[in-house]
Amino acid sequence: MAVEPLRTLRPTTGWVALDLRELAQFQDLLVEFARRDVKLRYRQTLLGVAWVLLQPLVAAGVLTFAFGVVAGLKPQGTSSFLFTYAGLLVWNVFSSTLNKASMSMVGNTYLVSKVYFPRLILPLSGTLAILLDFGISLTVLLVGLAGLGIWPGWPLLLLPIWILLVLCLALGAGLIAAALTVQYRDIQHILPILIPFLLYASPVAYEVAHIPARFQSAFYLINPLAALVEGFRWSTLARPMPPLPMVAWSATFAVIVFLCGAAVFRRTERKFADVI
Amino acid sequence: MSSSDLAVSIRGVGKAYTIRHDHIASTTLAEAIVRRVRNPFARAAREEFWALRGVSFDIRRGEVLGLIGGNGAGKSTLLKILSRITEMTEGEVDLYGRVGSLLEVGTGFNQELTGRENVFLNGAILGMRRAEIRQQFDAIVAFSGVDRFLDTPVKHYSSGMYVRLAFAVAAHLRSEILIVDEVLAVGDQDFQRKCLGKMRDVADGGRTVILVSHNMTAISSLCSSAVVLRSGRLAYAGDVGGAVKQYLTREATEMVGDLGSRRDRSGSGEVRAVSLAVRTAGGDLTRAVAPGEPFEIVVSYHARAALKDVAISIDIDLPDGTRLATLHSDFHGERFQMAAGSGAFSCAIAGLPLRPDTYVLNIALGGPHALYDFVERAMSFEMAPADVYGTGRLPQRNQGPLLADYRWRLTEPATILS
Repeated sequence: MAVEPLRTLRPTTGWVALDLRELAQFQDLLVEFARRDVKLRYRQTLLGVAWVLLQPLVAAGVLTFAFGVVAGLKPQGTSSFLFTYAGLLVWNVFSSTLNKASMSMVGNTYLVSKVYFPRLILPLSGTLAILLDFGISLTVLLVGLAGLGIWPGWPLLLLPIWILLVLCLALGAGLIAAALTVQYRDIQHILPILIPFLLYASPVAYEVAHIPARFQSAFYLINPLAALVEGFRWSTLARPMPPLPMVAWSATFAVIVFLCGAAVFRRTERKFADVI
Repeated sequence: MSSSDLAVSIRGVGKAYTIRHDHIASTTLAEAIVRRVRNPFARAAREEFWALRGVSFDIRRGEVLGLIGGNGAGKSTLLKILSRITEMTEGEVDLYGRVGSLLEVGTGFNQELTGRENVFLNGAILGMRRAEIRQQFDAIVAFSGVDRFLDTPVKHYSSGMYVRLAFAVAAHLRSEILIVDEVLAVGDQDFQRKCLGKMRDVADGGRTVILVSHNMTAISSLCSSAVVLRSGRLAYAGDVGGAVKQYLTREATEMVGDLGSRRDRSGSGEVRAVSLAVRTAGGDLTRAVAPGEPFEIVVSYHARAALKDVAISIDIDLPDGTRLATLHSDFHGERFQMAAGSGAFSCAIAGLPLRPDTYVLNIALGGPHALYDFVERAMSFEMAPADVYGTGRLPQRNQGPLLADYRWRLTEPATILS
């Protein structure tokens, strides 16, 4: 009787598809890695989980002081602090995801060279842990809004879309960085320079309205993150909606970056264990 | 054999690594870009190295297959291909079942997490579902014997506890095909016996085990068949006895002195051992020395540059890998200053009280900060038969290799009591 093998291993060449079925088989590992990340981060700290709340609050305070008080760039119709805090939440999702994803292979060399699992599990699990932090900070924001009597209305329903697009952008870039870092460690040195620069180049502590009107379109085009940050504030702080064409541009760009990132990652994945 | 008996079918598997030459390899992005811009059409000088080639064999369901081979024979590469850590360059492998691989005990164990948390993390890394782990949790804990410390971070564990817990998780993997590398060499005697028993259970349960070990005793007692790899090619596939014999004898004839062509070595290579020879006190080259007779081991080397404070060491092993002695220059507080080029070390040995048999030598050269060269099974030599006790009788292999200098006599009880 001929029995079909469960799996046949063959050399692969060129581009390969995202194997979603296999990713689903390893979903428990995804959760387990995320659990590890969350548990480890605040073990042996005095304040523990309180850090998740404190970090964005303190950072928002500092940025508010620098931009709102010192530079006098106050947003129209919203408190400077609330405005910056909301921007920071989006920014943190972006920068942490990019950072984590880019280090996901090199930081787990011992796993990558010793055991098989879909390599995408590592960057994805990092994202899960980041989303938990985001959820906590978001709750603080929503409670604050309720206390102040601010109600964004139906745009609140679009909130997950903004975060999803930010994740696409960050993961896509992070996956490319992760694949490159396996071969060239330079990326580890480039990102710490690039990420703070991006923070100031994004409307986190200032609004796009502060930029001279004739440069605004260019600003949105050059920095696809801008429309997403403004969009998130529209969905939470009841601020004006960013221009629709720019939102469409950002969304398209984010999805393309994600697809490219996943493709590059999958293509180079098979060499990780040999090179790393 | 009908295909319903098959667990793994390996057909023409090969794996090539590309070795880039020093002056070409770029380790930074800038170098790579600059090179591309300057020389857009130049292809880097690459050398292909086949770690494995043309390997084909089948493994039946319920079989415990031993995988034998010297360092660099391609064992690890084959294991990594089967467990999908790396991809093969050519060939095809059919897997008739889920593969669980155990190339190292405790992969992904985290020092800060507790024993309980690590069981779940490690289980998931090995490919178990959470429900599966929960179901087997009690069995895992019982097997490991660390139940009292389950909620203590594993950084506070003794190394024995750590290894036991790690092996316990792995031993409860429910995959149909289990790949195990060298993990038998862990834990105390009791726990090793427990591990061996567990492996036998696994095979009796109809699952398939692929076992890699240098320990011929373990291979002979556990495996139902074996495969020998040599320089990336299949040298033997069949019954265990034949495989072990093949491995040991071929290994011995290969080990006559010359090390220049050996690829299965580690170390940074500033200096390399080129050949090894055994000489009698009279200066004649020999392959056999008598127990207790003085002799000399000569190690010729080639150094790429002048080196300071070089230490040299020779290990004497039984063919199954059991270490009998380490002759390290550091034990005498000796380090050597070495000029570039070729030279030789000599180690004078007053005599070895070992029973007539084949013994294996490993050679290592190291500096203050690096291992320069290390060749396992660099050479074998014989202890010649000799009538040490004057009765024509000597201990058998299972009675230990050491020929102790001893004498029995009958004494009065009073002598002991006083």
